[in-house]
Amino acid sequence: MGANGIRDVAIVSFAQSRYVARDDRHNEVEMIIPVVREAVERSGIPKEKIGFTISGSCDYLSGGPFTFVAGLDAVGAWPPIRESHVEMDAAFALYEAWVAIQVGDLDSALVYGFGKSSMGDLHRILTLQADPYYVAPLWPSAVHLAALQAQAYLAEAGADARALAEVAARSQRSARSNPNAVRSGDATAEELLTEPEIATPLRAADIAPITDGAAAVVIAAGDVARDVCERPAWIRGIDHRIDSQALGVRQLHTSRSARQAAANAGAGRDDFDVAELHAQFSHEELILRDALGLAPDVDVNPSGGPLAANPFMSAGLVRFGEVASRIHDGRADRGLAHAASGPALQQNLVAVVEGD
Amino acid sequence: MGANRCAVVGVGQTKHAAERLDVSMPGLVREAALEALEDAGMDWGDIDAVVMGKAPDTFEGVVMPELFLADALGAAGKPLLRVHTAGSVGGSTAIVAAKLVEAGIHERVLTVAFEKQSESNATWGLTVEMPFQAPLVAGAGGYFAPLIRAYIHRSGAPDHIGMLVAVKDRLAALRNPKAHLHLPDIDLATVEESFMLWDPLRYLEACPSSDGAMAMVIGSEQVAEAAPNPPAWVHGMAMRSEPTMFAGRDQIDPRAGRDCAADVYAQAGISDPRRDLDVAETYVPFSWFEPMWLENLGFAGPGEGWKLTEQGATAPDGDIPWNPSGGVLSSNPIGASGMIRFGEAAQQVRGRCGDYQVDGVRRALGHAYGGGSQFFAMWVVGTDKPDGS
Repeated sequence: MGANGIRDVAIVSFAQSRYVARDDRHNEVEMIIPVVREAVERSGIPKEKIGFTISGSCDYLSGGPFTFVAGLDAVGAWPPIRESHVEMDAAFALYEAWVAIQVGDLDSALVYGFGKSSMGDLHRILTLQADPYYVAPLWPSAVHLAALQAQAYLAEAGADARALAEVAARSQRSARSNPNAVRSGDATAEELLTEPEIATPLRAADIAPITDGAAAVVIAAGDVARDVCERPAWIRGIDHRIDSQALGVRQLHTSRSARQAAANAGAGRDDFDVAELHAQFSHEELILRDALGLAPDVDVNPSGGPLAANPFMSAGLVRFGEVASRIHDGRADRGLAHAASGPALQQNLVAVVEGD
Repeated sequence: MGANRCAVVGVGQTKHAAERLDVSMPGLVREAALEALEDAGMDWGDIDAVVMGKAPDTFEGVVMPELFLADALGAAGKPLLRVHTAGSVGGSTAIVAAKLVEAGIHERVLTVAFEKQSESNATWGLTVEMPFQAPLVAGAGGYFAPLIRAYIHRSGAPDHIGMLVAVKDRLAALRNPKAHLHLPDIDLATVEESFMLWDPLRYLEACPSSDGAMAMVIGSEQVAEAAPNPPAWVHGMAMRSEPTMFAGRDQIDPRAGRDCAADVYAQAGISDPRRDLDVAETYVPFSWFEPMWLENLGFAGPGEGWKLTEQGATAPDGDIPWNPSGGVLSSNPIGASGMIRFGEAAQQVRGRCGDYQVDGVRRALGHAYGGGSQFFAMWVVGTDKPDGS
């Protein structure tokens, strides 16, 4: 047991797709199968011993009901399993799994997320997250709503689009060493600034690429984690909060819910080696760095982050996996994993992850 | 187990109707949530976290509606989770909320489930043709009718059993002012005369399409002991899932349902559900699922479930009343229907069911299922604080 009667729980394995912008060769189940198999094999926990399974997905990506039902075919739910699903990024599924382990009657869980956002127009689908009576009928796309927040941030910070281009250029450079990235390169901020604006002040490089793929982690409690993993990535604190969706009642240049979640997750100390942020637009990284209180020397999104690959519905879980894998292999001792949902960073989940 | 005790300390639900055009989605969820908060003697500020559930987002045309409902649910500044496990979701959502309290993470959790079916058409929402999949083109009834025919064939049940259930649940609903359908003149003849939808299911043997919401406040032991109204203690809860189809799968008597029931009964110390439970609120969207679930849940042996129905054992004045609220056959806001079962079980235990209260209820079962009879969520609640922990 850790502090406050909370059970120690660690990420013991992580697997993700070799992401592509558009996967025309595999359906969702075919996409999930190798990822789940790899995560379970790497965990060292026999599949039948895993106490709980949970996924995150979005019906609207495929345009039909019950996307997650087929996912059961990928995990092999026979004999019947204890299983649940959230219509949220799989990082929130990880939170539910963490809660299930806290109850104390199970010691491990498989968490996966998946989505093929190439099948429709993701940014217009996300318009349907907006208030259906007053906002959605105006059809602001996710990019338009993000651009409003970017404008608010730049105005408040006294910065200009160059600050965004620097985030985008750094992400692309970092992504060169990430074989799973769908966008990487050597472009400088100056070069990116010559590209046309899509929605002022956002350019293509500031907007996460459309990505198809799946990701999975296995988490385990205390001794189970120590038995199977040389260096478990312990979840020392985890919390999530949501803001009102109404843009008019929020301070758009900042993220109150991210700040709250960070405080509740115990992210107050600023000695992180690494932070993986679910920032799907350049300015979101800047807002989150500030809201989460990250020191300037923290290595943010060394994988390239969502600007390099954004498998919708698992991109938040990937942040956990990227931090955990750096703890597993000793590249980092203490990391922050962040996931978000909703327009303009409405909902935020923060976890502090540490090696022993 | 390190689990903390938890209990239902507040329950609220909307008046269910085909079209609640008087309220928006925020209005609908607030109607249920405010009633639950009042029952619990709480205000929005007392709630630590919110867990929302509903069936597919295509039913209202809003992607992840909990995001825009955050304000209506009083969730701004709090944790908000959204569960979606097909038809079982109302039950699963309640379980996720209760686990947050059992785990000791929160003291007071508000859980809400809703569906506003008038925003769309669920039968066609379930009938989208997906690439590379055989089109269903028939909604839920089209999927389940063959399973019912197989049950009749296997059990040798007489043809009128489904109609008995349809009449029983609709007559029960007359005592429940919140129920959608109030059909005072219903009898076997009217059911039999109603048109055939999916053989052997007639129109009056199918659930309605409803707008509605259900809400509960789940509290810790400390909260429950201080609650203004009697708590319904959670004695056990369980979920099980199995794949939709594979060779040898018994879709009539699914193993996931049996395993889930065995788990929840073991937790609650129930060895004979018909004897040990006083009432059950179960997910019966089509009449014939009463005898099928009577067997799957262990109230009757294989092939024997229909006899309980025929004998009147499951009527409000029978020895094991099933769905005295009128059940899913009388109100079906899909995503909320499972939570209504869980909440009605709690209300029976709390003695708060008014005209449809069953006498002397000490332990009750709430049951929900979904998908192709493959997702199950159940809980047992009781008047007494459970032992152990």
